[in-house]
Amino acid sequence: MELSSEDNNLTEKVLPPIEQESDVELETTVKKYLRGEGADLETLKDKKLKTQLASREKLYGKSAKTAAKIEKWLLPAEAGYLETDGLEKTWRVKQTDIANEVDLLSSRNQYDIVLPDFGPYKLDFTASGRHMIAGGRKGHLALVDMMSMNLIKEIQVKETVRDVAFLHNEQFFAAAQKKYAYIYGRDGTELHCLKERGPVSRLRFLKNHFLLASVNKSGQLHYQDVTYGGMVASIRTGKGRTDVMEVNPYNGVVALGHTGGTVTMWKPTSQAPLVQMQCHPGPVSSVAFHPNGHLMATSGKERKLKIWDLRKFEEVQTIHGFHAKTLSFSQKGLLAAGTGSFVQILGDSSGGSSSHNYSRYMNHSMVKGYQIEKLMFRPYEDVIGIGHSMGWSSILIPGSGEPNFDSWVANPFETSKQRREKEVHLLLDKLPPETIMLDPSKIGAMKPSRRKEKQSREEIEAEKEVAIEAAKSTELKKKTKGRNKPSKRTKKKKEMVENAKRTFPEQGHNNTASKKRRIGEDAAAELPASLKRFARKN
Amino acid sequence: MKIKTLSRPVDEYTRERSQDLQVVFHNFDPSLRPMEKAVEYKRALTAAKLEKIFARPFVGAMDGHRDGVSCMAKNPNYLKGIFSASMDGDIRLWDISSRRTVCQFPGHQGAVRGLTVSTDGNVLVSCGTDCTVRLWKVPRPTLEDSSVSSENFIEPAAEYVWKNAFWAVDHQFEGELFATAGAQLEIWNHNRASPVQSFQWGTDSVISVRFNPGEPDILATSASDRSITIYDLRMSSAARRIIMMTKTNSIAWNPMEPMNLTAANEDGSCYSFDGRKMDEAKCVHKDHVSAVMDIDFSPTGREFVTGSYDRSVRIFPYNGGHSREIYHTKRMQRVFCVKYSCDATYVLSGSDDTNLRLWKAKASEQLGVILPREQKKHEYNEAVKNRYKHLPEVKRIVRHRHLPKPIYKALGIIRTVNDSKRRKEDRRRAHSAPGTIVTKPLRQRRIIKEVE
Repeated sequence: MELSSEDNNLTEKVLPPIEQESDVELETTVKKYLRGEGADLETLKDKKLKTQLASREKLYGKSAKTAAKIEKWLLPAEAGYLETDGLEKTWRVKQTDIANEVDLLSSRNQYDIVLPDFGPYKLDFTASGRHMIAGGRKGHLALVDMMSMNLIKEIQVKETVRDVAFLHNEQFFAAAQKKYAYIYGRDGTELHCLKERGPVSRLRFLKNHFLLASVNKSGQLHYQDVTYGGMVASIRTGKGRTDVMEVNPYNGVVALGHTGGTVTMWKPTSQAPLVQMQCHPGPVSSVAFHPNGHLMATSGKERKLKIWDLRKFEEVQTIHGFHAKTLSFSQKGLLAAGTGSFVQILGDSSGGSSSHNYSRYMNHSMVKGYQIEKLMFRPYEDVIGIGHSMGWSSILIPGSGEPNFDSWVANPFETSKQRREKEVHLLLDKLPPETIMLDPSKIGAMKPSRRKEKQSREEIEAEKEVAIEAAKSTELKKKTKGRNKPSKRTKKKKEMVENAKRTFPEQGHNNTASKKRRIGEDAAAELPASLKRFARKN
Repeated sequence: MKIKTLSRPVDEYTRERSQDLQVVFHNFDPSLRPMEKAVEYKRALTAAKLEKIFARPFVGAMDGHRDGVSCMAKNPNYLKGIFSASMDGDIRLWDISSRRTVCQFPGHQGAVRGLTVSTDGNVLVSCGTDCTVRLWKVPRPTLEDSSVSSENFIEPAAEYVWKNAFWAVDHQFEGELFATAGAQLEIWNHNRASPVQSFQWGTDSVISVRFNPGEPDILATSASDRSITIYDLRMSSAARRIIMMTKTNSIAWNPMEPMNLTAANEDGSCYSFDGRKMDEAKCVHKDHVSAVMDIDFSPTGREFVTGSYDRSVRIFPYNGGHSREIYHTKRMQRVFCVKYSCDATYVLSGSDDTNLRLWKAKASEQLGVILPREQKKHEYNEAVKNRYKHLPEVKRIVRHRHLPKPIYKALGIIRTVNDSKRRKEDRRRAHSAPGTIVTKPLRQRRIIKEVE
């Protein structure tokens, strides 16, 4: 490493302009790997700690640079793209055109599976995108290996299935059935019946915490730890029945969309919501989170799609025109919205992370009778899975998947031994439910030191004045039927001013104490010398 | 129109034959790893707990002496052996791996006070209260040694009688001279029956002596008049000398930074000095509750081990004020000598209960051959634990040590005493004119003066 840095120092002086441009790009990626600002070492007084931290900061810089270089040169695959020339627009490109241009392996990912008998299908993918579980409303559950298009297991549970979700890997999945939620194993055996939750309408799994979150028909939110089966939290939301529930992958927070147009965010350790946002004038139809955790897309029945920035809780963009029944973000930030039998993919046309401009990227319209139930991008592939009323389909969306996977995070080519090892490691790294918070980077950070400085007397006086002014200027309600006498009004106003004054403690106490002492001394000074010993010594 | 979609051919991403290694891909992008800080914190907690589970520092005891062990010497050429001497004049060479005596060196009439080995490993020098210095020829370790359990008795190669009892001995690095501490500091040569050189200052006896590993002509001594003196053999008088408040029982030079020395003091703390500037200690290492009897540095120079009169052995970092580790057993009584093994893995302690004990330097270390993946995992655990060791849950686990009751109570009393002293000092300062009350830092407070 040291040799390469020396080489860099030599070559940096003689760089052609193209190299300099790529240096700028490298800097942005280095920033990403640095994960925030360095520590401010100037405020430290402890010299030993200062030198230790300085050397550590240097190491962080070095490792961020190496990681940026690896990203630039050593990653095996590159992202997909769809580039049109001249007048042609990207949203006019049809799936058949794409199939002509693309290789055989990718064109195998475009298909329609028609199962008209079993109702609208909901889908879920595992984290690596290799397996998919499809649940039809009329009770059909199918576990499919997507790479070989192999049907691993299908079962018919003979009652309504409202939602399906994978647990930590493809060995277990949960289905929300008519009365209760059930957990099944890979070969279709029913493992658990989760009776406590009641009739569940949505199921989601929090991977890092091994928590199965569900919302039921009466609007109760349940969190259950699937490793030992204990119910971690049951929260009564108080907002009535809701069908819209999503998990923010960045911080593990669950967002519910309510019929009043509010989106509330919950964590298992508190009975009150973390955040309540008024998103739409009418009911919220669907919510989706960007993988980086900063963006949230919501759609309402009034045919608007809104993009929110979650750091400031502000609206970034509104897209008019259609009522999106289901939304999904891809790993690369493409947003898919499904209405009726029409899928629209929106892409971020502005490059920066601060500004977002979602515009039309691609469209796909299916056969008129197919009503889209669920859209979900497949991880690590340029594919989106569509669950609809006549079965499920999959279409190609170039540029939506992350091209380079990390074998230790999610490996689509996992062997069974690797899967077992990974399960053990996941269990060892299982996070306690208290770590779910809006800003996950706060863990391990320093608490800001709260030093309550004593306010000077002038400051206190100023505050007091402000409070008295505020009390004086409040408008009293005009009462009728003879209760609005002027004498009563002035009395009430005086009371309010007195209340405002009472919150500030008396400033005169010190004065009186010192006054007493001074009086004592003066009295002592007046006494003749022989009687001085009888003067009060305070 | 240009279109490209992701397609991964299976043979590029899986291995060809089952004898091949599995194919592994890395992508260090932080967006693939949500909640990475929480996961790291959880791993730090697990690593701290695992360290405590695997912490089994005691390896074994070597038992054979009939009286308390007074001193030990290590042979830098032969890692497996250690010499030890007891209060009844019995000197033994132990084989650490089998924990058996290889041979004995009988001869001393009284307690043996000092033991040292020459740098080439051939000559063992011992001195005792019977006013003699004996030189022994160290037997070469042969392949049959470990299997043969017979104990050999070796005759001394030379025996020099002198006027007074000796307190300590140390051998020069890369030389033929050794120094003994007694009524005066005497420098001997292997072949001469009387000292070649002798130094004296005042009338007090010299208690301990240690040669500098970097500069072969410099040695440090401590005397019973509470002083620490540094002598240069090429000059006829002392180079530096300081007087402290309490006497120093033992001195050790840092093998990696030969200008620094650490002194084990009677008041329970160890003082690290820079040999060139002795008026202020560089660091004060406080954790023992009773007199520190012996001190030895690790060959890495980053840690040292101390043995104390309070029946415990502690390991300190070379620049830290508090100990990283404490070792104690119900059976181990007053520890008189400690040695850090030459491969920086073990710590040996010789105590009053006639046993030599072998401890691991890192209590939860896995000894033996470790696979590279295991090694990486250990390093990762160490690093993630160090990153989060300031957080309360992790700190509680990492810091936790079981202390014997007398030490625990004594530490509590010391803490109360220090707190009340500090409170009184603060109040005195608050009620006097600013600047009149000046407290000297602890590094200077314990040194009375520097004498030239």
